[in-house]
Amino acid sequence: MLSIRNIVKQYANQRALDDVSIEIEQGTIFGLLGPNGAGKTSLIRIINQITAPDSGEIYFKNEKLIRNHIEHMGYLPEERGLYKKMEIGEQILYLAQLKGMEAGEARRRARKWFEKLEMQNWWNKKPEELSKGMQQKAQFVATVIHEPELLILDEPFSGFDPVNADLIKTEIIELNKKGATIIFSTHRMESVEELCHSIALLNLSKKILDGKVTDIKGRYRNSTYVLEYEGAQITNTAGAPFEILESAPAAQGYRAKLKIQPGGRLNDVLHYLLPLVQLSKVEEIIPTMNEIFIETVSKN
Amino acid sequence: MHKILLIVKREYLSRVKKKSFLVATFLVPVLFVGMITLVGYLTAKQGELGDKKKVVVVDESGRFTGKLKNASTLLYTFTCNDIVKEKKQFIDSGYDYLLYIPASLTGIQLLGEKKPNAFTGSNIEDALTGIIRQQRLLESGIDTAILAKAQKPLVVKSLQFTEHGLKDSQSGVAFAVGMAAAFLIYMSLFIYGSQVMRGVIEEKVSRIIEVIISSVKPFQLMMGKIIGVGMVGLTQFLLWIILTITISTLGGSILMKNSEKAQKARMEQVRSLQKENGAAMTVTNGDTAAAASDDIGMSTILSGIDSIPVTLIVCCFLFYFLFGYFLYSAVFAAVGSAVDNETETQQFMLPITLPLIFTFMMSQTFIINNPDSSLAFWLSIIPFTSPIAMMIRLPFGVPAWQLALSMFLMIGGFIFVTWAAARIYRVGILMYGKKASYKELAKWFRYKE
Repeated sequence: MLSIRNIVKQYANQRALDDVSIEIEQGTIFGLLGPNGAGKTSLIRIINQITAPDSGEIYFKNEKLIRNHIEHMGYLPEERGLYKKMEIGEQILYLAQLKGMEAGEARRRARKWFEKLEMQNWWNKKPEELSKGMQQKAQFVATVIHEPELLILDEPFSGFDPVNADLIKTEIIELNKKGATIIFSTHRMESVEELCHSIALLNLSKKILDGKVTDIKGRYRNSTYVLEYEGAQITNTAGAPFEILESAPAAQGYRAKLKIQPGGRLNDVLHYLLPLVQLSKVEEIIPTMNEIFIETVSKN
Repeated sequence: MHKILLIVKREYLSRVKKKSFLVATFLVPVLFVGMITLVGYLTAKQGELGDKKKVVVVDESGRFTGKLKNASTLLYTFTCNDIVKEKKQFIDSGYDYLLYIPASLTGIQLLGEKKPNAFTGSNIEDALTGIIRQQRLLESGIDTAILAKAQKPLVVKSLQFTEHGLKDSQSGVAFAVGMAAAFLIYMSLFIYGSQVMRGVIEEKVSRIIEVIISSVKPFQLMMGKIIGVGMVGLTQFLLWIILTITISTLGGSILMKNSEKAQKARMEQVRSLQKENGAAMTVTNGDTAAAASDDIGMSTILSGIDSIPVTLIVCCFLFYFLFGYFLYSAVFAAVGSAVDNETETQQFMLPITLPLIFTFMMSQTFIINNPDSSLAFWLSIIPFTSPIAMMIRLPFGVPAWQLALSMFLMIGGFIFVTWAAARIYRVGILMYGKKASYKELAKWFRYKE
């Protein structure tokens, strides 16, 4: 769907993107992650052709990116805004027409969206008469009204209350099911785990991690487990196939965090422990995206 | 192209639909005509409305007693008291001024508590000089008929060599037309240029800019805005002209009746003054002179309008209005893009407006008096100043090659400035919280896309 190849973008005295390459599959929800100033917005602006890269290429559906492609993209920037003194309905029609839609069709679809998101009464209202959340909803409609094949959402949930954030999340998933590819830039890792199929992590202008969420999580497993058991407290002993990292009394018995020795398997651990204690719970610790994010960025 | 049209449409409609547009469009002509009428009325009634100064005259020479006639703002009273006494009692006398004429006629003084205004002194001087000159001539035994002849003013008619032979050239009308056109252009560059700037700041501050330039190129947005606001300007001008003509024709017909009466009254006054003044002048002489000078006034204005190439001026006005506006509004757009709010624009405004203000000030004094001087030539050639300077020069006649060069440079300047402004604009609209300095702007200008 979108192939970003060796993009370099240099501003006067700082490099915003340094040889960044990312592949985004058709029909996925792709998370573009990174701390502030990592280069996410620069990359998004290049995809939207707001700015051009110094070198490198982008291919949209196997075609080199050209001006006409922006009509198939929808962009919701992090910093949002509407004309303060223009009626919401007119405003959405205007933005839709700028994306190349014909006026009548735009009006029809806008009406549909207004109904769906329960904002029928806002058509003739000006943004200054609406709450911030309402404005955000209107802006979301403006972003998706032309049914873009590629939807780029920068922090889409900021500014929404939990109810509306959930409503928007549902819409995003539905758009994705209908075939839209979605690039999703955010800091909120819990929504990444929930929505994204693949991610790329940018830090200091470089891509430092990318791939399928499940693969990355798999890669970051480090054979640590949580055990709960009753009986005598186990301690680190020579010859045990594991190393105990933490151990503390629990409600019943003890709770321990242990790491399997390199090359070992869970079965070996269980085999070793079964004669000694009464196991009540064994669970692998899989790092959250948040932990992966922090770990990767701080290591970098 | 289609997208620029969409932008033009929005920019145009969103402004024209505003209440403030309607108010300005309808109120300005009313105020304008009202102001002109008021000024005209007050000028006509100056004699009645202006305060009259009472002047007590101590005439030791005896030459002026009874001859110095009350003028519209001056009332003379003659006294036989000597000057020392008059000076003493002047403060409580209720007179505004004390005019002291010594017997020798040297050292004539005008004394008063307050400074006399600019005209009082010269009015009195003129009146005294007139009287004494006439007396001296009569004393020398001059024929009264010769004296009457000598006092008749001469009229100079100015003619201009043109391709079609000699033509009347009336510089008074040229003066007025040039000033009016230059003033309109000067005003509109400011009004509509700053509207463009405010529009850019609005888009930037409301953050809608990023959404829009993900659909259209910054250049398209900038041009759309400039054209849209320009059309608002043309609409407003057109409505102003139509409304002003309508209101002034309506008001004019009412005013005419009044002014005719006033005219008659004034004529009457002039006649009686002349009668008394020139003891030797016959009544008929004064009458015809007054009538003749009135006739000359009207016909010169009419022929003056005739002598001005109206079509050329209208076409040039439109040309310089549009291209001057395009040029300046592109600069205004660049400034708007570089700042985060309107107060920050101050540092950039002065260098932009300086050439305009300079040219406008020069045009009122220097250019209009020396329309063919080399300074006037250069100002009317340089794109930043030519819209104003050329409009001033045009009614006096400008060689075709100069006009062509000026227009050519205007178009070239417009293209160059718009290109340069667009380079700053495309970067500026995405920059927030950065204090824009000239150095910063230069950096933006050099950025690749």
